[in-house]
Amino acid sequence: MAPATPSSSAISLHDAVALSGRFPLLTGVDLEVADGESVLVEGPNGAGKTSLLRVCAGLVSLASGRVAVLGLDPVRRRAQLRRRVGLLSHASHLYDDLTVRENVRFAVRAAGAGTHRIDPACERMGLTGRLLKTPASKLSAGQRRRVALSVLVARWPELWMLDEPHAGLDASARTILDELIGEATAGGVTVLIASHESALVEPLVTRAVTVTGGRVTAERRTGASRAPLGRQAATASGPTPTEASGGPGGAPGAAPRVDGEVAHVA
Amino acid sequence: MWRDTLLVAGKDLRIEARSRVALSQVAPFGIVALVLFAFALGPDRALMATGAPGLFWVAVLFCTVQAVQRSVSVESADGARDGLRLSGLDPAGLFLGKTVAVAAQLVVLEALLAVGVVLLYGARIDVPWLIVVSCALGTVGLAATGTLYGALSAGLRVRETLLPFLLLPIVAPVLLAGTRIWQAAMAGGTPADGTQWLRLLVIFDAVYVALGIVVYGPIQETA
Repeated sequence: MAPATPSSSAISLHDAVALSGRFPLLTGVDLEVADGESVLVEGPNGAGKTSLLRVCAGLVSLASGRVAVLGLDPVRRRAQLRRRVGLLSHASHLYDDLTVRENVRFAVRAAGAGTHRIDPACERMGLTGRLLKTPASKLSAGQRRRVALSVLVARWPELWMLDEPHAGLDASARTILDELIGEATAGGVTVLIASHESALVEPLVTRAVTVTGGRVTAERRTGASRAPLGRQAATASGPTPTEASGGPGGAPGAAPRVDGEVAHVA
Repeated sequence: MWRDTLLVAGKDLRIEARSRVALSQVAPFGIVALVLFAFALGPDRALMATGAPGLFWVAVLFCTVQAVQRSVSVESADGARDGLRLSGLDPAGLFLGKTVAVAAQLVVLEALLAVGVVLLYGARIDVPWLIVVSCALGTVGLAATGTLYGALSAGLRVRETLLPFLLLPIVAPVLLAGTRIWQAAMAGGTPADGTQWLRLLVIFDAVYVALGIVVYGPIQETA
């Protein structure tokens, strides 16, 4: 029987293998992300970054290995899990015939979240005035991205999974996004960002893992002075998930690596 | 579940109200089908009146395929289907919501087609309540099976051609029972015969609504 996931672990993957038909998406990922931690998943196109996020969201099942997100099995407990996580993917999940506000309202209500944060969230993302009543079919790619981000902000889930979040956004929206990620991590939200634009994301996260060929091949600390609250709490209250499980690159009881050097864990 | 049902049905119906696909494309398609059937049968009014019940339900089945295709395609654009999966909506509520939305559109389409049948084929209806009940029960069955098989084909690139192939044989009992009930309700028919066929529709509806509630979630996750 699989060992229980440490309570301080937001994401826990052990030897995770995922397939699409016979095509390998993940080929044995080991990854621990602590509560409140912000992690960049970087790697070249086709490395498995998006697949990793989709596995964590329960959209892709594992062929072998184990995964727990917020302590839950993303497939067996998907109903409980999905209302606690938010995935910003390449698609915006918008209905072209609905207006911006109707799209946000539907997505927020479908996720079981309160609707009182819809207007502030839209305003934060620059979606105001007539734009709120504009059908999604009339929006540019960047505006669609802003709507998708509004849904995330209005829901404010416990775990944010952002897939290439800066893609399609203009400079002002990128600044807002960076501020939001900072606020989320400061508030204890766990953030997992998949991106090949490492330079943009590194200042926002405390750790970066490199995915190559469907597995985590390296990890390094980034912006170590900005350790988020959740990470500090996890460290203060007991072993980190990595320590407890002997996860990537570490034996049980080993101290987490904080020296910023690249650590090959494959 | 009921909250999710209303939420999804409201969303689908709002989309339909904006796009008006059912009224501007599916309804004319059904009417054109009725007109073509009339051409095929020739000018014999008696023959057309005799064939009216079956032709009505065949036209309804064609419209059902179109309405379900539209319901599926709405979720296919911009990853909306993944959005629904990620939202954590109750799969049973999602199934019932989409079924209700398709059913609401079918009711309107059936009303238009029924008028078309009366005007084009000269069909005389003696027992209107039997027609209304058969259409209501048939609509529930068609919408439930359509939504279920629409979900099955949703993730496939060949869904447009696969859906009719999967759906039409399955809904043959609705065609059969609906036609018999209409024949019973029309001039010269025996209403008592119609009530026998109503039972078949009730059973069909119960089976597919229950099946949809149970299996829609797993289908949605794997399709």
